Amino acid sequence: MESLTPVPPPIRRLPLVETPPAREVAPPAAKEGEAGAAQSPASGGFTAARRSIGAPQFSIRRMEIDGVSVSYADREAVKSVSMPVRQGEVLSLIGPSGCGKTTLLRSLNRLTELTRTATLTGRILLDDVDIRLIEPTLLRRRVTMVFQQPNPFPMSVFDNIAYVLREQGSRRVRRKTLEPKVHSALQRAGLFEEVKDNLDHPALRLSGGQQQRLCIARALAAEPEVLLLDEPCSALDPQSTQVIEDLIVKLRDDVAVVIVTHNLQQAYRIADHVAFMYLGELVEYASATALFGSPREPRTQEYVSGAFG
Amino acid sequence: MDSSVVTPPAQEAPPAAPSQQPQPPRKGAVEGSATWRLSDRIGLATCWALGLLFCAIAVAIVVYLLLQGIKYLKPSMLVTPASGGFSQAESGGFSDAFIGTLIVAVMGISLALPAGVGIAVWLVEYGRPAALARITESTIEAIAGIPSIVLALFGTVIFSSTALGFLSRTSEGVVFGRSFFAAAAMLSLVALPLVVASTREGLSAIPQHVREASYAVGKTKIATVRRILLPTARPQVATGAMLGLGRIIGDTAIIVVLLGATQNFAPVGSAFPLNYLRGAGTTLTNFVYEASPTGNLNQPQKAYAAAFVLLLMVLALNAAVDIVHRRARKAGTWSH
Repeated sequence: MESLTPVPPPIRRLPLVETPPAREVAPPAAKEGEAGAAQSPASGGFTAARRSIGAPQFSIRRMEIDGVSVSYADREAVKSVSMPVRQGEVLSLIGPSGCGKTTLLRSLNRLTELTRTATLTGRILLDDVDIRLIEPTLLRRRVTMVFQQPNPFPMSVFDNIAYVLREQGSRRVRRKTLEPKVHSALQRAGLFEEVKDNLDHPALRLSGGQQQRLCIARALAAEPEVLLLDEPCSALDPQSTQVIEDLIVKLRDDVAVVIVTHNLQQAYRIADHVAFMYLGELVEYASATALFGSPREPRTQEYVSGAFG
Repeated sequence: MDSSVVTPPAQEAPPAAPSQQPQPPRKGAVEGSATWRLSDRIGLATCWALGLLFCAIAVAIVVYLLLQGIKYLKPSMLVTPASGGFSQAESGGFSDAFIGTLIVAVMGISLALPAGVGIAVWLVEYGRPAALARITESTIEAIAGIPSIVLALFGTVIFSSTALGFLSRTSEGVVFGRSFFAAAAMLSLVALPLVVASTREGLSAIPQHVREASYAVGKTKIATVRRILLPTARPQVATGAMLGLGRIIGDTAIIVVLLGATQNFAPVGSAFPLNYLRGAGTTLTNFVYEASPTGNLNQPQKAYAAAFVLLLMVLALNAAVDIVHRRARKAGTWSH
């Protein structure tokens, strides 16, 4: 492990590749120390208010990323990354464009397999079972995903959720039997009150923020263990972003949440743990307060202080 | 173009993109073009002139046929079969041709639509092995380029074979090879490339993340195609089907060569409706040709009446496509 540098390195210096990346997962013992760090005001130019919701109540390890590398053809997008994903916490992946954070996220529910050239080495465990042993369709119901662009299906609000609940492609299940589950998914995504009278309206007529919450509701309808969010707010206005951020923090007790974001302020507001990736490497994995307050790695320091990215 | 040229800024601002500075009420495109370069203005004027010219041509055709059609078309023509006779009053109507058009349209498109949609889905969503996909693609393009008379000639080879003799009239071991089956099969090839191209376009326009959203909740590829992609591409599929129908209705060469181009239905055997489908027949396009001054019948008034019916069918198809698209627009689409 690196020793903490008391003085931040020169801001304009670009990250050097020779600094060995911190690949090791932060020891769980560090968590106790973080609670104390949470009280101290953040340095590194972060003046945004920390969310009011407070520290996580509990944390259960759901997924384990173990030495995962992903390559597209001959380009290595993710290089031997290891970290845990815990329920009860929000894990945020940050880093500049093209650093492999989205690729890592997509490999968690084997969506990378849809890209023909992608190959994955290393292990990803979901509740101690290697995800390669799980049927992809089954895995993707346990590890669901929300995308950057709000992408409700071109059908009614109700059918968007019902589509997830129904068996493969079947339409036979009665509406009555699905109704409670659809309603509860919409309620969990905080959308029910707004759409309860318009469940039959086309989903693509909702506002952008509502569409994204519908996508979250859709992802929740499968009752997943892990929820993956790929920059869910980048296409939204600040107000919708706020609503979705509150929602994400609320959801962390029910599902393990992994969120990729470009927005450092957002990561700071909602994440419990943050993983900073650069050029496919996991540079630093730490609690949000530790990573933003006193990053161990010079590259992290530079990134969170806005030197590059 | 060149910002270093000293001109008043208002001269440089293209009228299409309003500039930042506050402007007087927005000008129309033509008025704004007063500030354009001469070559651009000439281009604009040419576009307008050509546009108006083609509108005028289309309107002229439609209006002329409408007037002629209204003058000569009697509803009885649609229910009276053609019969021998020297004057136009004696020679009956064109009911067989009208029904023949409907038959080849329905048969042709019911072959072309499933095949075309299937091919398009395979090309866009699967496309493996890549070599086979490329071959399929260029084959479809080749079919689109083949004149229908060549397809018709090829059809005679296929449908005159003894193995397919049950699809048409056979006498003393010789297969006639002309029937609604034969014509519809070849006409479906005329419509197929249009269905494939249009469906492909519709499927390709769906953003990749929408497919992934379906996979990401544990749906299989085939479920995604059936429940998300094809319903989304429905307007384009409909467009392809309607364009294909238009081509089928409008084709004459295959009708002449493969349908026998008889005046009336010539049923084979007695098993209705197979006897009609196995027999020769005619369609409106062929009737128009025969009834025109160059044809055997030479009864131009009925040619106009039949052409009017054809025109109405095509216009109805266009209107149907429009309705499908309008309904789809109401459902909204993804922001890009």
